[in-house]
Amino acid sequence: MADAGTLLSLEGVTKRFGSLVVADAVTLDLPRGQALGIIGPNGAGKSTLLNLIAGNLMPDQGLIRLNGRDITGTSLTQRCRMGMGRAFQIPQTFSRLTVFETLLVAASQGRGISESEAAGDCVSILERTGLLDRANQVSGSLNLLQRKRLELARALATGPDLLLLDEIAGGLTEAECASLVGTIRSLHAGGTTIVWIEHVLHALNSVVERLIVLDFGRVIQDGAPDAVMASREVQEIYLGIEA
Amino acid sequence: MRYRVQTGQGGSWIVALAALVIVVVFAALPFFGSRSLMQDLFFVFTMLTLAQFWNLLAGYGGLVSVGQQMFVGAGAYGVFAAAILWGINPVAGLAVSAVAALVLALVSAVFVFRLNDAYFAIGTWVVAEVARLSFAQWKAVGGGTGTSLPREARRNMWGADWVEQVTGLRAAAAMDVVSYWLALALVVATIGGIYWLMRRKTGLALAAMRDNPQAAASAGLNAGRIKLAVYVISAVGAGIAGGLIFMQNGRVSPDSAFSVIDWTAYVIFIVVIGGIGTIEGPIIGVIVFFLLQSLLADLGSWYLMVLGLLGILIMLFAPRGLWGLISGRTGFALFPIQRRLFIEERED
Ligand SMILES: Nc1ncnc2c1ncn2[C@@H]1O[C@H](COP(=O)(O)OP(=O)(O)OP(=O)(O)O)[C@@H](O)[C@H]1O
Ligand SMILES: [Mg+2]
Repeated sequence: MADAGTLLSLEGVTKRFGSLVVADAVTLDLPRGQALGIIGPNGAGKSTLLNLIAGNLMPDQGLIRLNGRDITGTSLTQRCRMGMGRAFQIPQTFSRLTVFETLLVAASQGRGISESEAAGDCVSILERTGLLDRANQVSGSLNLLQRKRLELARALATGPDLLLLDEIAGGLTEAECASLVGTIRSLHAGGTTIVWIEHVLHALNSVVERLIVLDFGRVIQDGAPDAVMASREVQEIYLGIEA
Repeated sequence: MRYRVQTGQGGSWIVALAALVIVVVFAALPFFGSRSLMQDLFFVFTMLTLAQFWNLLAGYGGLVSVGQQMFVGAGAYGVFAAAILWGINPVAGLAVSAVAALVLALVSAVFVFRLNDAYFAIGTWVVAEVARLSFAQWKAVGGGTGTSLPREARRNMWGADWVEQVTGLRAAAAMDVVSYWLALALVVATIGGIYWLMRRKTGLALAAMRDNPQAAASAGLNAGRIKLAVYVISAVGAGIAGGLIFMQNGRVSPDSAFSVIDWTAYVIFIVVIGGIGTIEGPIIGVIVFFLLQSLLADLGSWYLMVLGLLGILIMLFAPRGLWGLISGRTGFALFPIQRRLFIEERED
C-alpha cells in the first residue's frame, strides 16, 4: 500500500490486445506534485498506459488507485471529476464548437460550475496556451498545431490535479516549445501532478524530475532523467531510432 | 483582462421579430385560411415536432432510434383510452398521452440502454414492434382493427364550442381549428424549449456530445445521464404529438399508430435532408418533405424510392444537410447558440 503522499498508484496493471501485451504488469507510484516523463519507442504502450489511467480502457488485470482509493472500475467521466485532465495524442476536437466553447464545456462540466463562473478561467487558459486570438474560431477549422494547443487547453479547463499529456510538443518552433515548457513548469510549480509522454526530449527533460522508459508494455527504466538517459537501454533504443 | 461573453449574433432581434410575426400569422390563419391549408399545416407542425425530438435524440444524444413510433402509438392510444374508458376530454387526454409515453420510455430504457449504436437502433425497433403487438391485443380500444374516437368526445372537445361561436364554422371544422392551434402551440413550445435548452449549460454539453462523445466524457460530461434525459424528453414529446395527430384523425389502429414508416422513417428523412444536429435543419427538412409529398404523391411507390435516393445523395454529398450548406457558407444561424468571447481591454 502506498503512503499518504502518493496521488496515483498502479499495481500490476496489465492490458492485452489479442495476443499482444501492451501493458505488462505495470507497477508505479506517483507522489503528489511530481512531474513524471514517459518515453519509449513507437508502439511501446505509452498511450495505452495513459488510456488505462484516464479510464478510456479497462485493464485485464491489476489495480489503479487515486488518493489510496481503488478507481479501477470507474468511468472516464468520474475520473475527470476526481481531478484527471487528459490531452490526447491525436487531437479530439468538438468540431462545431468554437475554441472558447470547448473550454467552457470542459470547465463547466468537469468542475460542476456554471458557464459564467467558468468563463474567467477559460479566458486565462486561452491566454496561456496562445489561443486567445482564435477564441471564436470553430475548432473544426483549426490546423494540427492549434488543435494540439486546444488539447492542452481543454485538459487544463477541467481544473486537474493530475494532468495527463500525450505528445503535445511535436511540431512546435523553438519559441513555441519554450513557451509550452514555461506553461507546464508553472502548472507544476503550482502543485499539479503531471504525467507527460513526449518524444521531444529536451522539452520533457527540462520539466520532469522523474523519467520512466516503456518498452513492449514494460517499465524498463525508472529514475532521475539524467541517469535514465545515460542508461544502456535508452542509448540503444534512441540510437536505434535515430540511426 | 476585461471580457464579455455574448450568446447569439447582432441582428438576431430581426429574426426574433420575424418569428413572432410568422407565429401570429399562423395563429390567426383559421380566421382567413382554408380548411385544407390548415390540415396541411397541421401535418407540417406535427411532423416538425417529431423531427425536432428525433434530432434531439439522434443528432445531439447520438441515440439513433428507429422506435419513436412506439411513443407516437402510446400517445395515440392514451387519448383514445382516456376518452373511451374514462370519458376524459381528448384535449385533457393529451396529458394521458404524455404519461403513457413517459412510462414506456422508462420501461424500454431498461432494455435499450444496454445496447449501443446499431444494436440500440435495432433494439428500439424491436421494442416498438412488441408494443404494437401488445396494443393490438387490447380489445377495449378495438384490438387489431382499431377504433374511432366516440362522437360525444369529439363534440365536447375543449375550445370547439368557442371556435364555432367566434368563427361561425361547422362543428367538424371547429374541431380542426382546435387541433391546428394545439399543433401550432406544440411545435412552438418544442422549438422554443429546445432552443432554450441549447443556450444553457446542458445544451453546450449536448453539442459537445454530438461532436465527440469520447472527448466529451473525458471533459467530465456525464453522457449516460444526459442520454437518458434526452430519451425520456423525446419520448414524451413524440407521445403528445401522437395523441394530437390521432385525436385530429379521429381513428386509431395499431398499424397506423405504430407505423415505422410514418413516424420514424419520414422523420429521419426530414432531419437528414435538413441537417442533423441543428434546430434549423428539421425546419428546412419538413418544408422540403412537404413539397416533395405534394408533388410526388401520385407516383405511389416511386415516391418512396425518390425520397430514399434523395436521402442517400444528401448523406453522401452534404452530410450536414441543406441547412449545413447554407450555414457553412454564411455562418448564419436562425437560432444562434454560439457563445462568443469579446476582449474589451487587454493588459500586458
Ligand atoms: N485499440 C487497440 N486495438 C488493438 N491494438 C491496439 C489498440 N490500441 C493500440 N494498439 C496497439 O498497441 C500497441 C501500443 O500502442 P500505443 O498507442 O500505446 O503505443 P505508443 O507507445 O503510444 O506509441 P506512439 O509513440 O506511436 O504513440 C501498438 O502496437 C498498437 O498498434
Ligand atoms: Mg502514443
